[in-house]
Amino acid sequence: MTVQPAMPKCWRPESKPHKFCPGCGHGLVLKALGEAIDELGIQDRVVFGCDIGCSLLSWDFFNVDSIQTHHGRTTPVMTGVKRANPDLICIAYMGDGGGYAIGSQHLVNAATRNEKITVLLALNTVYAMTGGQMAPTTMPNQKAETAPYGRDVEETGYPTQGPEMVAAIAREGAYVARGTTANLKQLKSYIKKALKNQMEGKGFSFVEALAACPTNWRTNAEKTWNFLQKDMPKYFKVGEKKVPGAEEKEGQ
Amino acid sequence: MSEKLITEEKRVFMTGNEVVAWAAVAAGAEIMYGYPITPQNEIMHYWTRLAPKYNRKFLQTEDELSAGFTTVGGVMAGRKAFTATAGPGNTLMQEPMSMAEAMRLPTVAIIQQRGGPSTATVIYSQQEVTMTTFGGNGEGLRIVYSTANHQELFDYTIKAFNVAWKYRFPTFVLGDGYQAKMRESLTVYDPEQRGIELVKPEPYVGKPGTPGVDREPGHYRNTYNVEEELYEVLQDYFKDYAKMAKEVAEYQAFDTEDADVIVLSHGVVSRGAKEAVEQLRKEGKKVGYFRPITLRPLPEDQLKELANKAKKLLIVESAQGQFAKLIKDVIYGSSAEVVPFFKPGVGITTEEIAAKANEIL
Repeated sequence: MTVQPAMPKCWRPESKPHKFCPGCGHGLVLKALGEAIDELGIQDRVVFGCDIGCSLLSWDFFNVDSIQTHHGRTTPVMTGVKRANPDLICIAYMGDGGGYAIGSQHLVNAATRNEKITVLLALNTVYAMTGGQMAPTTMPNQKAETAPYGRDVEETGYPTQGPEMVAAIAREGAYVARGTTANLKQLKSYIKKALKNQMEGKGFSFVEALAACPTNWRTNAEKTWNFLQKDMPKYFKVGEKKVPGAEEKEGQ
Repeated sequence: MSEKLITEEKRVFMTGNEVVAWAAVAAGAEIMYGYPITPQNEIMHYWTRLAPKYNRKFLQTEDELSAGFTTVGGVMAGRKAFTATAGPGNTLMQEPMSMAEAMRLPTVAIIQQRGGPSTATVIYSQQEVTMTTFGGNGEGLRIVYSTANHQELFDYTIKAFNVAWKYRFPTFVLGDGYQAKMRESLTVYDPEQRGIELVKPEPYVGKPGTPGVDREPGHYRNTYNVEEELYEVLQDYFKDYAKMAKEVAEYQAFDTEDADVIVLSHGVVSRGAKEAVEQLRKEGKKVGYFRPITLRPLPEDQLKELANKAKKLLIVESAQGQFAKLIKDVIYGSSAEVVPFFKPGVGITTEEIAAKANEIL
């Protein structure tokens, strides 16, 4: 008899095994999220929104009410739900294309308005569902389908620093962090803090999670892990970027 | 909820935008999501003044995409939510409204048409007919009321919330800049006092109980794995739409029985058309009047009947044939000749319509 690792309680067994590719980071991000929901005991109050792109494959991932939206539009849909019923805990789940390109205006303005929602963004440096095109977060010189000779920063700029941007525009009360699927315990703690921030009504919360895409990176297990654990964090620094109360402490 | 805005019927003299805000409050709308664009702005202005007094909410979003998608979120949370837009804003609004179509969401949107294409004018047109009836990458699974005056703006805004929540198709009230900005007399009333039952909203998400434990989770999507899966879903939608169409389609008509020429118009243009037909009748001319109130669904049976009885249909609109296209699609194969009278982006007077009808009699 093989022993299976325990699934988070709020995962929906009927939709497992999940639909993501082998080695995909989404399953790990959603595991950290599932455990966070379980530990906070909020399965009955969570509304989970997922974007277009690979994240849409999570539309029936949890035993929580879920809405699959359009590319980039999960942030406004969750904003609309939260504004209409503030008792719900709204999680907008998306990739880096949805959050930093097509839906960037929604992310920026939700952060500016300090919407009491949690945005969870999986960053894998590519548009994965559509076949590996260059994303706002593609690393300098990294190859992608629309940057076959590598991303030329002179032509297409540097990768978006999402949490740094959100931390810069969000006001006191917001929680912003970047975690990684290479450190699930830490990622889960960030997600829990983000959700608590929403539950306490403090403000906007945003967690980016570095995630692997071996399918589009065209990498084997070793190279995948190296890119995720060594290369990505050189540019995308893991850690908390904004924590409520920190500004007050600084002033003392 | 606080006291009612309208406790007894009364005559008022208001702009159309103010009428819409009053009607939305009277209809029990709970939250408006909006983004500024002329000529609908004052709907938001009046709503934001009324909302706190009657326990309603407002969110000014970053654009019309967001206004539409937050409205989608609002209805999924089980609230009567609405938005209002115009012109280029209506263009952006098509994306969220296609999601509403795909997921059968009872969104309500007020459209105050302005000139097009592009930025054009902020004043008036009937050029948002194609977009409002069949916009987005969909099949036009919408309900669209085209109003002609302020009383109708009030009546049909209330009705829009009711039909949206009853049939679960995105619903639009299609006005225009003239109706939005001009002042006119009307009677406002509390719909329940008139015996109009207000359909209660229901949440899609956040129902009582823990999903997977006490109840099934609500899993809502607009994406499908294979063609057949989508095909099946749409077949059910078309069936529901056809059934709804019989109950929802509305029109006004007079003097059509013996008419050689029937003047077909919609919205504010139908006011001129009505007067023109009345004048010509006094002169003994065999002219009739027909005006669909719903542009989606159209009163198809009545239109076909007319198109086989009259000699000519004079289609009058402030667009280059957008309304005519809808009509021609319905009456295809009928005997009447279609005569266009199109003035895109400008108003059309009684005199112009009467002259044109006279010319073709």
